[in-house]
Amino acid sequence: MGASDYCRPSPDELLRRAEAEESQAGRGRLKIFLGYAPRVGKSVRMLDEAFRRQKRGQDVVIGSIQPRGLEELRSRLGNIEVVGDGTLDLAAILQRKPHVCLVDELALSNPPGRGHARRWQDVLVLLEHGITVLTALNLQHVAEQQEAVERITGMRAANSVPEDFIRRADEIVIVDVPPEEVTLGRRQPSQIEELSQLRQLALLLAAEVVELELQRYMDLHGIQQSWGTQERILVCITPRSNARRMIESGSRNAASFHGQLFVVYVIQPDLTRELQESLEANLDLARKLGAELHIIDCGDPIGAILEFARTHRITQIFAGHSQRRRWSLWNSNPLDRLIQAAEGIDVRIFPHPHTR
Amino acid sequence: MSASFHILTPAKNKGSLTVYLGYAAGSGKTYRMLEEAQKLKLVGIDIAIGYFEPHGRKDTIAKTEGLETIPRKTIHYKGAVFEEMDTEAILARNPTVCLVDEFAHTNVPGSTRAKRWEDVVVIQEAGIDVLTTLNVQHLESLNDQVWQVTGIRVRETVPDWVARSADELVMVDVTPRALVHRLERGVVYAPEKAKHALENFFTEANLTALREIALRQAAHQVEDRREDHVEDRVIPIRNPIRDVRILLYLTADPATAGLIRRGKRVSDYLHGECFAVTVAKDVEMTGMPASEREKVERHIGFARNLQIDTKVIAAPDVAKALTEFANQNRITQLFLCRDVRDRDRIIENAKDLEITVVAERQR
Repeated sequence: MGASDYCRPSPDELLRRAEAEESQAGRGRLKIFLGYAPRVGKSVRMLDEAFRRQKRGQDVVIGSIQPRGLEELRSRLGNIEVVGDGTLDLAAILQRKPHVCLVDELALSNPPGRGHARRWQDVLVLLEHGITVLTALNLQHVAEQQEAVERITGMRAANSVPEDFIRRADEIVIVDVPPEEVTLGRRQPSQIEELSQLRQLALLLAAEVVELELQRYMDLHGIQQSWGTQERILVCITPRSNARRMIESGSRNAASFHGQLFVVYVIQPDLTRELQESLEANLDLARKLGAELHIIDCGDPIGAILEFARTHRITQIFAGHSQRRRWSLWNSNPLDRLIQAAEGIDVRIFPHPHTR
Repeated sequence: MSASFHILTPAKNKGSLTVYLGYAAGSGKTYRMLEEAQKLKLVGIDIAIGYFEPHGRKDTIAKTEGLETIPRKTIHYKGAVFEEMDTEAILARNPTVCLVDEFAHTNVPGSTRAKRWEDVVVIQEAGIDVLTTLNVQHLESLNDQVWQVTGIRVRETVPDWVARSADELVMVDVTPRALVHRLERGVVYAPEKAKHALENFFTEANLTALREIALRQAAHQVEDRREDHVEDRVIPIRNPIRDVRILLYLTADPATAGLIRRGKRVSDYLHGECFAVTVAKDVEMTGMPASEREKVERHIGFARNLQIDTKVIAAPDVAKALTEFANQNRITQLFLCRDVRDRDRIIENAKDLEITVVAERQR
């Protein structure tokens, strides 16, 4: 390309510029402390950060705080100003205009007649006014996680915050402690098991948010190479391969790795009715199992698969064993080409249906 | 957070192991561990610091106040004096809980044990509970991936089974942005070292990737620990894959080390069993050129260190020997290096197996 490549700034330099632009646009930053259950210590972590920022000279106020947090606050040396009665008085905070505002119990609803219906909606307003918000949230209050949480604990929290709100946070911190610390001595194994499951969900949610952050970063800087932080499995099906087994295996593997599943079919012409039907059934299965399904029309199937794998940062390709027994010199084995060209991607070859 | 989980652990013979997991220096692992120690001391637990690396960090050093520190021992090596943890002194002192910083540390030559984690095992075996700190990049199976992300080959590694043996793993999280700020303020390293770190390892992209790896590792370990307590389980683990038995084919190819790490990692995640074989004309591998044999032997040793059941098969035909071993041992998946000799014939022969051709990780 042209001379512009010559003096391209480093990726981190670009990121810094993007951040500078953002702060020039006057938006505050949102930082969320995520816990998997009550009592893991989110509010304490949040207060710690508030104190540290205050010490560094930032203008910090408390917008909302729960009674337990208030006790914790009073037990400390120093103090942080609480605006109003500590139940997030939006108008009062906007008038006070601090640099940083601490908002505990993000999922709560506001009392009727004040601010928005939900506290998290007030937070959006604070951010728009250039106020940085520190907030704390439990997994059970993340809307999209509530079904899973209910399956584990049998209970559903009344209030919730959309997951998208969390995904768009500038920073998320997971507050992790062993479940035994949360139960305060009550140690029924079933309770530990419940907490462990919630803990796993919270860690994975945090990992997903970080993965998004990383993808955004890589997209922004044109990094196509996969760093394999998350397993991304691509199942390549053909009408004649053992597609059902490959898709099922792909799905189980993706679940075990908490990764993502992609299924690609490169269109083959002139299929018999029987092959067409089994192909349709397999495509349905892929959809049912939640795979991201792509049907590609391309005269060069291997080329299409390689291109797809590269742009989607695939870590493992699942392909069927080739049917032909011998390959002559003039017609090289397509599987061989896939293996040779799949730089940095594992290729798993599945037995052909007729060999079993 | 009042009560601590250590006092809740029933008495047992072997001491428990708690790992504070982070993804970079300065993420707050040692600080968290010391906070826990202070809480334990407050409730009257007999606790001592076996090893602490202050790195000149004031906040962290302040957290050691009031805690007993067992003096280090000095070791003379090549005319220089080194300090290491004094395991024997810890055993003699016999506290209930012992703090050991930097789990992945390699001891100076001449020490009784090569690795600090080996010292920790000895301390645990004496019935002492251990708290320790570890960065995710020191896990053996992540070595290639960490190199791919950061360009750095981590030399001090801990086999995954050692970390998995931990009774508790606590993720110490901090955002890359906060970490970079700490570095810039000189909290983590002295100015010159901080500058170098920020330009190399501590880029926001690197830190973001390492953080995700650490979060996933912690989630995996929580799931793993749930499986250990199968009888207590309320909700079954979803989607178990039945009977995964993985066979790694070891050769002199330098990519074999990556193959072993990858294969073991896949096997661990799928809760499968992992085997490794190499095929030679005879079991002593005498027919092989010395240089090649040395490489194969190194790979065999490496696999065994990771607790992979490893064998040398004497057979004239590699493809046939692998298929035969697979059939006899109900292997479901064969793992090969991409550039292994006779690859096509092996693949052709093992048509009934799933075969994974492991790519060398690139940068």
